[in-house]
Amino acid sequence: MAAIFANIDLAFLITALVKIVGFTFMMILPLVTVCVYLERRFSAVIQDRVGPNRVGIPLTLFGFKKDLQILGIGGLFQAAADGVKFILKEDFTPRSVNTFYYWLAPCLTVVPALLTCAVLPFGSELDLSLFGVVQPVKAVIADLSVGPLYTFAIASLGVYGIVLAGWSSNSKYPFLGGVRSSAQMISYEISLGLSIIPVFMVFGEMNLSKITSFQDLNGWLILPLWGEGLSVGRWVLWIPMMFSFIIFTVAMFAETNRLPFDLAECETELVGGYHTEYSSMKFALFFMGEYAAMIIGSGMAVTLFLGGWSIPFGPVLTSLTGFQFHHVAGSTPLLLGLVHIGVFLAKVLCFIMFFILIRWSLPRFRFDQLMKFGWLFMFEAALLNVLLTAVLMIWFPLK
Amino acid sequence: MLENYLPVLLQIVIASGFAAVTLLISVLVGRSAKRTAIKDSSYECGMLPLQEGQPRFSVKFYIVAMLFVLFDIEVVFLYPWSVIYKDYIAAHGAGIFFSALSFVSILGVAFVYAWRKGALNWRN
Repeated sequence: MAAIFANIDLAFLITALVKIVGFTFMMILPLVTVCVYLERRFSAVIQDRVGPNRVGIPLTLFGFKKDLQILGIGGLFQAAADGVKFILKEDFTPRSVNTFYYWLAPCLTVVPALLTCAVLPFGSELDLSLFGVVQPVKAVIADLSVGPLYTFAIASLGVYGIVLAGWSSNSKYPFLGGVRSSAQMISYEISLGLSIIPVFMVFGEMNLSKITSFQDLNGWLILPLWGEGLSVGRWVLWIPMMFSFIIFTVAMFAETNRLPFDLAECETELVGGYHTEYSSMKFALFFMGEYAAMIIGSGMAVTLFLGGWSIPFGPVLTSLTGFQFHHVAGSTPLLLGLVHIGVFLAKVLCFIMFFILIRWSLPRFRFDQLMKFGWLFMFEAALLNVLLTAVLMIWFPLK
Repeated sequence: MLENYLPVLLQIVIASGFAAVTLLISVLVGRSAKRTAIKDSSYECGMLPLQEGQPRFSVKFYIVAMLFVLFDIEVVFLYPWSVIYKDYIAAHGAGIFFSALSFVSILGVAFVYAWRKGALNWRN
């Protein structure tokens, strides 16, 4: 143990700290607020309503005539106003609850959600030699060789938050919501885990940074149009990869309790589900954890199937224009590194828009339909997809 | 090798700290009002709560949990297999596929058994 601590240099620790604060608190949490705003505005547009359109910077408090609206779009500060309200509201703990677990549950929802982002590569690398940093900084908090395994291990801890919330509230609606949700989440976790096994078979690798770099040079997994992606093997394997992508996305909807799988909190049956008895910041933590899980799930799908931070046709564009568009280890300019981060965020945002679109397009499952779908269709489909990939890889070996 | 996990440790500390601090701020800054008996009771759409708060629930949830443990272990066993699969078939041929096939088919038989026994039937 002492040997491990002796080998750590301070620079490594400080970079890790900066990356954690930068990614978790300056990207994930602001994205949560953006998501909330997008969700409300988008749903308003779909339902032919106006939605939140008034909140701006409240300059009227300081004697001005009008509030300041950024970019002329009203309501952009709705999420900030909500946040302030969450803090200022009464933090009420009813007598009937089991106090310790009642307080523990929201933390157990938000902490795993924030932990899972540690292995996501949110950009290629940042060349900070301008600021005196010698080695380029990799834009991933912890570059583990078993990244997705870590994510699934931590993400499944999120079930405890929901179960404990339902159980400790000592009330019927939260209890039913908690029990339902735990059954749903563990059922779909199997298909989620199985659906990405074909991905690891194609890459022969579980390190997410290496997977993304490979896709940067050789075509995205479901868009193999450049580099080695133009081989027959990759094109034949495109079919099981597409199945994988679809199964992964559906299972992720179920894991994050989004419609059409939101049986944990279906308001027409269970009021609010597992968080019925919660108020104030404790409720906000559930909310935050749910949205953070959604963002990181999208990030995972983007990283595995859609090339993560890579620009489409990167190497092709490089050879056509003369500017560098793809990542080269050790010689990626700072500007390109920043563009890669932007590309990653843009892809995640598109995926979240898809989440919201689905929410307002599909009706909710009944519980027996949900379990039947999970166990008798998703599980089999994912398992057969693994075998299909294995057979295809014997016939069309990859390099 | 192991020091790669140090940022994860740091992340755990920071994330738990974030959760604790936000809860604390809300307790300190948030408004507090009088407790009443009605406010303390659990929410049942405005009616007075009936019976106990944690009713008995179907044993099927328990069966699903057991099945989950079974099949999730299967998934975890397939992970290392999937990572070496590509290199192994290039070097030693397709034998590794049939070993995985036998493993999966044994669990497939178990799955069909559980299904036929009605463990996955939620209609009644």
